[in-house]
Amino acid sequence: MMKMRTVEITVGAFMIAGIASLLMLALQVSGLNNFFREEPGYKVKAEFANIGSLKVKAKVSLGGVAVGRVVQIALEPQTFNAEVWMSIDPKRVENLPIDTRASILTAGLLGDNYISLTPGFSETEFLKEGDVIPMGSTDSAVILEQLISKFLAGQASSNKNP
Amino acid sequence: MLLVRRVHALGRVGVLFLGDMGKAVLCLCHALIGKPDWINGFKRLVNQLYFVGVLSLVIIVLSALFIGMVLGLQGYTILVKFGAEHALGQLIALSLVRELGPVVGALLFAGRAGSAVTAEIALMKSTEQLSAMEMMGIDPLRRVIAPRFWAGQISMPVLALIFNCVAVMGGYIVGVDWLGVDSGAFWANMQSAVDFQDDIVNGIIKSVVFGTVIMWIAVFQGIECVPTSEGIGRATTRTVVYSSLAILGLDFFLTAVMFGVT
Repeated sequence: MMKMRTVEITVGAFMIAGIASLLMLALQVSGLNNFFREEPGYKVKAEFANIGSLKVKAKVSLGGVAVGRVVQIALEPQTFNAEVWMSIDPKRVENLPIDTRASILTAGLLGDNYISLTPGFSETEFLKEGDVIPMGSTDSAVILEQLISKFLAGQASSNKNP
Repeated sequence: MLLVRRVHALGRVGVLFLGDMGKAVLCLCHALIGKPDWINGFKRLVNQLYFVGVLSLVIIVLSALFIGMVLGLQGYTILVKFGAEHALGQLIALSLVRELGPVVGALLFAGRAGSAVTAEIALMKSTEQLSAMEMMGIDPLRRVIAPRFWAGQISMPVLALIFNCVAVMGGYIVGVDWLGVDSGAFWANMQSAVDFQDDIVNGIIKSVVFGTVIMWIAVFQGIECVPTSEGIGRATTRTVVYSSLAILGLDFFLTAVMFGVT
């Protein structure tokens, strides 16, 4: 009888260890507590001519501080512009002026693309759920290959007629 | 004539293989489907959880610790060349949670628990304990196989979770305490890279699949063994070989489905 009791206790401890590891993986490794905090955010749409290799879940930052994430990327069928929906955490930044600029930048030379917001100057109107940052106040991604080919083409033409 | 003989041999192998697969499915269905016996079944399950799960804990924890430490050391020596040693946490956590935890855990589990289950059942068969049970009106499949199968199924994901945890700790010990990576950067990079749904839940799904496959192979090889001492040895070897191959092969497909297409 004693034997069965020790077996049951060790099996119970084993199960508790498993659940504890799941908790540790969820909270410490995947940072699930950040996940819960991030859900309530207001969605803002931005239109870009070219988004480069921006992906869903990419960082949205303001002055280098992460304030939200890209939640959806789609193509506008009439104008063929890229529409990027981003969710912005109201706890990090609540009142973004309506004339805020959005630019797609690259983290380092080889890093991922992310969206950088530059706040505008309006003091009365602010971006709220469903608002749009129009084409006029966004900067598309800089594609390295295009830059290089432009540069090379420029060099070639300058070599031809000095 | 030679060609006909070749085709004949091939067909024979195919028919035997299909027959074995069918027998394995029938054996499992027979063992698992039916009226559950809650009280006695639970007692037997707890007993098997002890033998299959708790006794595998030592090898799992020790290997996890060393694998995590090696990952930390190796990852650091490579990342430091690019000045990216702060991404060490991300490297360790992603490779562990997605691949190494479930796969290495399952390989160790197949070697430790799968082989033990096969040897046990095969010896029961060789000494005609299974036939004796049948004579007494007890169904040996439900009595012997079902608790072992469920125990393996339950303990595999638990062991994989413990493996992941201990290995991350091992990586932390080497990376942060020994090699001096910043602790905050270690955890922050890890948390921003690892997604609960995509990485951890998929890792758990993987280990459940591996647990099922290992235990299925183990009990079937035990039941189907040739009842001699040589047969027991062969059945045990086959369990380890087949389940290792099945784990690695299935892992490729699961990874392709889960993480392959972005």
